[in-house]
Amino acid sequence: MNDAFDIRNMESHIEVHKFRGGAIVAATLLALMFQAFVPVYFAKAAMIDLPLLITIYFGLSRRNPSTGLLLGMVIGLLQDSLSGPTVPLGLYGIAKTVIGYLASSIGARLDTEHPAARFALTIIFFGLHQGIVLLTRRILLAQSSVWFTMHLAAAAVVNAIVAVFLFALLDHLRKS
Amino acid sequence: MAGMPSRHKSIFLLTGVVLLQILLLALQIKRDSEGRLIRVWTVGAFSPFERAGNHGIGHLRETWRHYFALQNTSRENEQLRRENDELKMQVNQLQSKASEADRLALLLNFHKSHESVPMLGARVIATSAGSASATIMLDRGSKDHIKKNMGVITPEGVVGKVVEVYDNTSEVLLLTDKDSGVGAMLSNSRKQSPVGGAGEPLLVMKYVANDDVVNVGERVVTSGMDKIFPRDLPIGTITEIKPGNPFKSIRIRPSADLERLEEVIVLLTLQPLQMNKETETTTPSASVASKPVAETAKSPVSGGPAAKTAPALVSPAPVPAAADAAAAVKPE
Repeated sequence: MNDAFDIRNMESHIEVHKFRGGAIVAATLLALMFQAFVPVYFAKAAMIDLPLLITIYFGLSRRNPSTGLLLGMVIGLLQDSLSGPTVPLGLYGIAKTVIGYLASSIGARLDTEHPAARFALTIIFFGLHQGIVLLTRRILLAQSSVWFTMHLAAAAVVNAIVAVFLFALLDHLRKS
Repeated sequence: MAGMPSRHKSIFLLTGVVLLQILLLALQIKRDSEGRLIRVWTVGAFSPFERAGNHGIGHLRETWRHYFALQNTSRENEQLRRENDELKMQVNQLQSKASEADRLALLLNFHKSHESVPMLGARVIATSAGSASATIMLDRGSKDHIKKNMGVITPEGVVGKVVEVYDNTSEVLLLTDKDSGVGAMLSNSRKQSPVGGAGEPLLVMKYVANDDVVNVGERVVTSGMDKIFPRDLPIGTITEIKPGNPFKSIRIRPSADLERLEEVIVLLTLQPLQMNKETETTTPSASVASKPVAETAKSPVSGGPAAKTAPALVSPAPVPAAADAAAAVKPE
């Protein structure tokens, strides 16, 4: 199997990346553990949505919408499971499924290796993710929630900054 | 699915996965009073069809049941409709006459409680043609001893003053006109200040200092200082107070319904007037209630509800001229 290949033709130069065995699973589990446990000791860490960043990263890298959405679904449902009884299964699942799909689709069309592109895309996907979660809450769960707060805006920027460094770190898991 | 492009496959997959998760959500969520969300959705999806079916069947059943009974209904319905229209017209006429009788009874009662004041009843026959001024035309003029600057009131409150007099008609400047004014005071604090019009339905009280205590809802009455209107006639009620520089901005809703005047009373004197205190306590409703209808009908003043001429409350007495009273019309 090729480590990397052109997705469409030689002119596009957009590569689909493969990762070391178990890298995706390990990264996902670590992200979920971080999300579940670190905020207990460091409350501000709850601002970072590592499962979302993992979904975005592997979606952008794998560039296969089906894989991206399934990965997003799995990560989202696991996050739901770890979020306690007040969060029904599917709340984050739906949002991350859509994000996984969109990230894969965009990754197949754009070069997303540049840090600036990753920064911008993370902000966009973060906002979209929040929007989907909020819509699900309002429409399906009849829960009220605010559309925008300064906290959310700050969280988007913080997640984008973390994403730039995290994605660079995760790049080392790619097969060379 | 085999021949489907991979892009479409992924969209179908996305849709399927999202729908599955929505279903998963629906299975978990239990609303307080309605049960599980899946049940709510199912009932919500089916109930419109059930309602529509029920309504349709019920309608068909009703139509079938009443069909034979309705054969002669159309003709009867037409006849009843004609009778109904005639009755409606009669009711409207009677209501109009009753309303007129009430108004005239009010005027008569007001006059009887202030017999010492020379008054003349008059009908409003026209209003100002444009919106630039607020005036009304009365069916009484100089032949009825009406003079310029005489005050015009209703039992509810002050209306305005006569500004033009012709032989058989006269023109009254309403309080709401921006050039109008009347000497006034606050009923509680007795603080005096002129009240004028602003070219809109509400009046304005202009010279109340910011330090003075004024409350919304407080009544404003005539002060008698303009030598046109007797003291303590109701002008209106304060509806809005705003601090201003140097005076408060006070807006007043007139007691008299200046937009729907039909009969008014002209004060046939230019001398300072003193009215007895009954004016303060006599409310229109009380006046009407205390006046038997039969007595009203017999009254030479009203001439009955269908009177063609304006009500003459008094025989106009000789009116002393007081030219300087005109100067006090506009207190500013």
